[in-house]
Amino acid sequence: MSKERLFSFRNVWFSASVGAVVFVAIVAALIGFVWIPSTQGGRAGESLWDMICSAAGVVAPATLTPMSATPPTRPSNVIVTAQMMETTADVSIGRGATLAQQCTMCHGTRGISQANMPNLAAQDPASIYKQLRDYKSGHRQSAIMRPMAAGLSDRDMRDIAAYYASLPAAPPPEAHPEMPVLVRNGAPMRNIGACATCHGPIAKKTAAPYLRGQPADYLRDQLQRFASGERRNDLNAQMRNAARQMTPEEIDEVVRYYAQTPR
Amino acid sequence: MLDDNSRKLVLTHFWIAFATFLLALILGAWQMYIRSPLHAWISNPELYYRAVTAHGSVMGYVFPTLVAMAFGYAVSELSLKQPLIGRRWAWAGLGLVALGIVTAMLPVSLGLASVLYTFYPPLVGSPFYYLGIVLVVVGSWIWVALMSINMRRWKQQHPGEPVPLPMFATVAGAYLWGWTSVGASIEILFQILPVALGFKTTIDAGLARVFFSWTLHAIVYFWLMPAYIAFYTLVPRAIGGRLYSDVMGRISFILFLVFSMPIGIHHLFQDPQVGSGMKFMHAVFTGMVTIPTLLTVFTICASVEIAGRLHGGKGLLGWVKALPWRNPMMLAVAFSFVLLGFGGAGGIINMSYQLDFTVHNTQWITGHFHLIFGGAIVIMYFALAYDLWPHLTGRALADLRLMRIQLWLWFVGMLVLSLPWHWVGILGMPRRMAYFDYADPAIAPQAMAVTITFIGAVLLLVSGILFVLILLRGHAAGQVTLPPFRFSRPVHQPARLPLALNSFGLWLALMIGLTVVNYGFPIAQLTTLERTSVPAIPAGAPQ
Repeated sequence: MSKERLFSFRNVWFSASVGAVVFVAIVAALIGFVWIPSTQGGRAGESLWDMICSAAGVVAPATLTPMSATPPTRPSNVIVTAQMMETTADVSIGRGATLAQQCTMCHGTRGISQANMPNLAAQDPASIYKQLRDYKSGHRQSAIMRPMAAGLSDRDMRDIAAYYASLPAAPPPEAHPEMPVLVRNGAPMRNIGACATCHGPIAKKTAAPYLRGQPADYLRDQLQRFASGERRNDLNAQMRNAARQMTPEEIDEVVRYYAQTPR
Repeated sequence: MLDDNSRKLVLTHFWIAFATFLLALILGAWQMYIRSPLHAWISNPELYYRAVTAHGSVMGYVFPTLVAMAFGYAVSELSLKQPLIGRRWAWAGLGLVALGIVTAMLPVSLGLASVLYTFYPPLVGSPFYYLGIVLVVVGSWIWVALMSINMRRWKQQHPGEPVPLPMFATVAGAYLWGWTSVGASIEILFQILPVALGFKTTIDAGLARVFFSWTLHAIVYFWLMPAYIAFYTLVPRAIGGRLYSDVMGRISFILFLVFSMPIGIHHLFQDPQVGSGMKFMHAVFTGMVTIPTLLTVFTICASVEIAGRLHGGKGLLGWVKALPWRNPMMLAVAFSFVLLGFGGAGGIINMSYQLDFTVHNTQWITGHFHLIFGGAIVIMYFALAYDLWPHLTGRALADLRLMRIQLWLWFVGMLVLSLPWHWVGILGMPRRMAYFDYADPAIAPQAMAVTITFIGAVLLLVSGILFVLILLRGHAAGQVTLPPFRFSRPVHQPARLPLALNSFGLWLALMIGLTVVNYGFPIAQLTTLERTSVPAIPAGAPQ
């Protein structure tokens, strides 16, 4: 008994179990890689080997055609990733502060607007950077912002974004309205995502600006432009799809909430 | 008999397991309430996913691992009748698991790792969450090694004798876990952690999912092992019968070891990165797992019939009536089989490529794995804890009635919870949702079913609290002198066994070989494929 050798074809347990497993594997492979693909009528002229490769998940090398860069077909040239803004150095903030001198007329000396323009203080840097690039490339239209952005290099835009992100937010207003259902939960059956899961306060998505404490007139204006399709630099039409579904009353409610809620 | 130190070791494992289980159970019931029509939409969905992550991580990694470890240490000493070798290592393993629980659960409770227990790259959370899971797994690897060492020592001292079935099965479970945990470990160490720690910014989500599927299915059989060991080695003795076949038991555990590993891609049927041929291979081998399952159902039913006839049952079904239904173990095994039947039938639907399309990512899936794990398996964890408790505390667990109530509540609760889930799943209700708009006419009819699941959750929570209370009361009961602990006796006790049925070399070779056949190609192909990485998405980090 102690002489019994396990790994030997003389051992019936070995030969039977290995044989059975190999048999099942071969039959399964034949069915999965040959028989089923061949009954499903592959592409014309496809050889047996092509079918096996396709069933194994081997992909034909993709032919990448660059997307057209013209504004009407693409919402933006900016590729948004969680890592799109590198770590900010102090020198970047300093350069940004100098460059931002030209923005003070509308956006305020410390990023708090007195003119119903967006408050940029403590804004998400990725969203400032993306909007500047979109202004420059014409994906977002503005008679004022396009010439402002035209002369900025990529580095300039990153620095301006870093500078504004480093500034303290606006002082809190008096009112603390309750979060509307649309902001908190969206309207799933109308395909409206919850505002708060991208724009705060529940969560934050890259390049989605913080909306709390922004001027009501600006927010309403932008929602209406998204709804009408006049503004179209939102990736995958996320904002256009949401805004189109909102009633004017809902727009008012959401705008009031964000405008009156402190950062 | 267990010596004092081993009792402490086993009891500590069990108590950490059951304490975390109760906390996770409370979270589960809360989730059922939050997403039902009884509650307004949750104001912060991140809280929901935070709770799901904690619930899944505890129920998936911590609780069953600790139960398997506790039961394994007890089985080793009780069945081999030799003191546990490496007790200090066992405590060290438990220390790692405990440290891992804290390390993982802190970031989860702070909302820094709401990635769900299946990780879902490219979602990436706090590195401490993943490190904690790694610590839990490494702690359990110590257990795997100790089970193997203890069996080997026994075999050296008893050459040619059959390893007692409880230990043979425990070692099968340990080897299964050792190998299946490799997949998720590779995923965490080489793909997720480099991103979570900031060394990389992109992740190959498709490859990561393939590695996770390596773990994701066989882990269920690891959860299942203590339950199956209880079926074979505790149930027949507890109900006054004999195990129908010792050899059948060994073959079942061997088949689980060989076939539960190379089948995980059936979790990726809807994933584009794996070819349909590979998916078919995995579907076939998933089907093979029904063999040890049905062997077990047959053997245990036969063993139970023996008990019924020994109790004087006559005729075709008279033995069923004669069974000791007032015995909690009898009740548990019956409930477990019913739940296993429903869950298993659902599982066969999930493993069928085409049928899976209709239920993929719906509540059906949630219902399925709650039936199998939360139902068939956990109810046997209860039963084996009841069975072992007097031998661990030296005190009697006297209130059989309370145990029966607890088991009934769990059984009914699990059906009330999971059958409506199956139903709404067929209707198309997606899983992993924090809230639903029940006001919409399209899903309004599902509102009632979701409300019913909450009732199921409440029953389960009450049952879980009762379970812990019964065990706590066991520590305060009067001391008893017990007869030596005994496992079930088979009808025929084999005196000699073929080498193949008394060792694992061949089966480990087949397990690894089949893994190479079924996973080698997809992994090699996806590893070499370029341009497959996507930017990671930091998860669960509200401003």
